[in-house]
Amino acid sequence: MTIAADIDIERSHHVVGTMTMAAALNRALADAIAEDPAVLVFGEDVGTLGGVFRITDGLAERFGEDRCFDTPLAESAIMGTAVGMAMNGMRPVVEMQFDAFALPAFEQVVSHVAKMSNRTRGAVRMPIVIRIPFGGGIGGVEHHCDSSEAYYAHTPGLTVVSPSTPQDAYSMLRAAIASPDPVVFLEPKKLYWSKGEVDTSVTMELGTARVAREGTDVTLLAYAAMVPVALEAAEIAASEGRSVQVIDVRSLSPFDDATVTAAVRSTGRAVVIAEAPGYASVASEIQARVSERCFEHLEAPVRRVTGFDAPFAPPKFEHWYLPDADRVLDAIDSLHWDDEVSA
Amino acid sequence: MQHDDLLPRDTPVTLIDETGAVVADERYRMPDDDLLLRAYQGLVEGRRINDQAYALVRQGRMAVYPSSHGQEACEVGASLALAERDWLFPTYRDSVAVIARGVEPADAMVLLKGDWHSGYDPAEHHVAPQSTPLATQLLHAAGFAHAAKHRGEDTVVLALCGDGATSEGDFHEAMNFAAVFHLPVVFLIQNNEFAISVPLSRQTAAPSLAHKAIGYGMPGQRVDGNDVAGVLAVLGEAVERARSGGGPSLVEAHTYRMQAHTNADDDTRYREREEVQAWIARDPLTRLRAHLVSRGLLDEAREEQLAAGAESIAAALREALNTDADLDPEDLFRYVRSERSPQLEEQWQLLRGEIERTQLTEAGGRR
Repeated sequence: MTIAADIDIERSHHVVGTMTMAAALNRALADAIAEDPAVLVFGEDVGTLGGVFRITDGLAERFGEDRCFDTPLAESAIMGTAVGMAMNGMRPVVEMQFDAFALPAFEQVVSHVAKMSNRTRGAVRMPIVIRIPFGGGIGGVEHHCDSSEAYYAHTPGLTVVSPSTPQDAYSMLRAAIASPDPVVFLEPKKLYWSKGEVDTSVTMELGTARVAREGTDVTLLAYAAMVPVALEAAEIAASEGRSVQVIDVRSLSPFDDATVTAAVRSTGRAVVIAEAPGYASVASEIQARVSERCFEHLEAPVRRVTGFDAPFAPPKFEHWYLPDADRVLDAIDSLHWDDEVSA
Repeated sequence: MQHDDLLPRDTPVTLIDETGAVVADERYRMPDDDLLLRAYQGLVEGRRINDQAYALVRQGRMAVYPSSHGQEACEVGASLALAERDWLFPTYRDSVAVIARGVEPADAMVLLKGDWHSGYDPAEHHVAPQSTPLATQLLHAAGFAHAAKHRGEDTVVLALCGDGATSEGDFHEAMNFAAVFHLPVVFLIQNNEFAISVPLSRQTAAPSLAHKAIGYGMPGQRVDGNDVAGVLAVLGEAVERARSGGGPSLVEAHTYRMQAHTNADDDTRYREREEVQAWIARDPLTRLRAHLVSRGLLDEAREEQLAAGAESIAAALREALNTDADLDPEDLFRYVRSERSPQLEEQWQLLRGEIERTQLTEAGGRR
C-alpha cells in the first residue's frame, strides 16, 4: 500500500490534487508537525512502520524519532502520557491502532483528558488529538470493526468528529490539532482508500455539519462511512423521482443543531444513518434532537437506520449487518408519503 | 548498571531511628541541619493541617478528608526533595505535600470542601491537580517528564501513589514507559499498609514493592517512611539521578495510615487497635524532635514558635472552610471546553431561568 497522491498544483506550501483519505491524513500530520514544534505524533507502530494503515508513513523518517515515535504497547500509557505532555506545553496526536483497542485508554480519556480543563477552571487545557480508525466494511475480524463513537460523544469535554471525504480528512485533522480542546478523531477505515480532491488551503471549523447533496423531499443525516451509503441511496431515489438531501453530520460533539434543524425543516422528513448499534447511540441522540426541534415541520416520524444491537458481525456476516442503500431506501419509503398524497 | 544495583535493600533505609538516634549508613548521608529543621517545621505544620482538616469534616465543613496523619515524613520529604522548577504529581491523600510546595492551604482543600474539583493553578507552584483515580497520575508524570526531556529541560518530576495503586495497570504502564524512555521521574510509593480496608498482602506477593523496579530496569529502594531524614536522603539521590540523566527510579516508603481511609470509613472493621497503637512509637514527629533536641538544634522557644506558626495555618484553614464561597452556577458550563458549545449555552439558559424563577417565587421552585 502506498499513500502517494496525485498532486496537480503545488504552490507556496499549499497543495491541490486528488488523493486518498489516507494520504490526506498523512499530509495533515506532516504539515502540522512541520508548522508547530509542539506537535508530537506517537502510538503503536506509527514510527518505522508508518502505522498499520500507513497514516503516519514517512513521518518519523522525515521529522525524526523525537517527533513521531513508537511507544510500548500500552494504550493507557499512550493516553496518560499524552495528558502529561499536554500539561507541559505539547500538542500530542496519538494513534489508537483500532477502535476496540482504544478501550484500555478509556479511563484516561474520560477521567482526565475530558475533565482536565473543567477541573482546573481552564488553567490546564488538553490540546490532544486521539486518532482512532473505526467502523467496519473492511472484512476485519472481531475487535477491529467497532463503532465506539457513542462512548466518546457521551463524555462532556470531548470534541468528537469523523470525516467522510479526503478534503474533510485534511482540513478536519488540521483543525483538530489546532484546537485547544481534546478531539476524538474517528477515521472511517472503509474510506481510507477512497479518493477525492484536496486543497490544503481549505480550513474548516469543528462543530459544523456539511450539506453533501441538495434535495427537497427528505433529509438523510449520516456520518463517516455511512455518507457514501446515503449518497448512493439519494442517487437511486432521484432516479425514482425523489429529491433527497444528504447532510454529513461530521461533528458528533458538539452537534451542529442549526444546520441540521434548518435542513430537516426544509424537507419535513429525516432518516438518520449510522453503522453503530442503534440503542443509546449517536443516531438516537440525533433522532431525538431533530424530533424535539422540528416536530411541527415533520410529515413523518424521524427514522433511524443503524447497525443491529449485536456485536459487530464476523467478516462473512458483514453484508447483513451494515446499513446499505437498500435499507436506507426502505426507510425513506416508510416516511408516510401516502398521507401527503391523500391530504 | 549492574542488576544488583537495581534491587532494594532487604531492610528499609533508616538514618534516624525511633528513639531519635542516628543510624550509620554507608551510602546515604544525613541531611544537613538546616534541611532537618525545615523538615521538622513541615512535619509540625503537616500534622496540624491533617488534624484540623479531620476536625473540619466532623464539623460538616468539608465533604471528606483522606488524612495523611502518620505519613507526614513522606509528604514533607517529597516536597523538600524537589527544586522550585520541578513538578509534583500528588494523589488525594497528599494535601500536606501540596501545601508544602507552596499552595495555599485553603486552595488545596477546595476539592475536599466541595467548592470545585481543584483549587489552584498547577503552573503556579508546579503541582498537578490531586488525582483521585488511582495510579493515573503516574502516567501524567511520565508524559510531563517526556516533554521536559524533549525540550532539553532539566526538570524532575516526582509522582506519588499508595500501595494499593501498585496493583493498577497504569502503575505498570507508567514504570515501563518512564524506563523505556529513560525519563527524569521519581516514583514514590507511600506504602501505608492499607488500601481502604485491603492489606498489602492482598496487593502483592513481591518481596517488597520496591522490588518491582528491577522488572522495569530501574533502581528501586526502600526507606523508613517515618524517618524524614531517610526519606530526604533516598529521594534526594533519586532526584539527582533523574536530573543528571540517570533515568527514573522507584522508592517505597514504609509508613502507616494512622487514621481511617477517610471520615466515612470505619477501620475497626479490618484492623486491630493494637496494631495502630504500635505505630505511635514510630511517629515521624516525635523521633525527629528527639533527634533535634538531643543535638541541641531545637529548644522550647523554637518549639513554641513552630507550634504558633502551625496554629496560624490551622486558623486560616478554619476561617477559609467556615466561610461559604460565592459559588457561580455558570461555572458548571464555563470550563468544559475552550468555547461554550451551543448546547452548553442552551443548558445554562435553562438553569439560569430556573434560578431566576426560584428567586422570584417566595416558596421557591414551581410552587
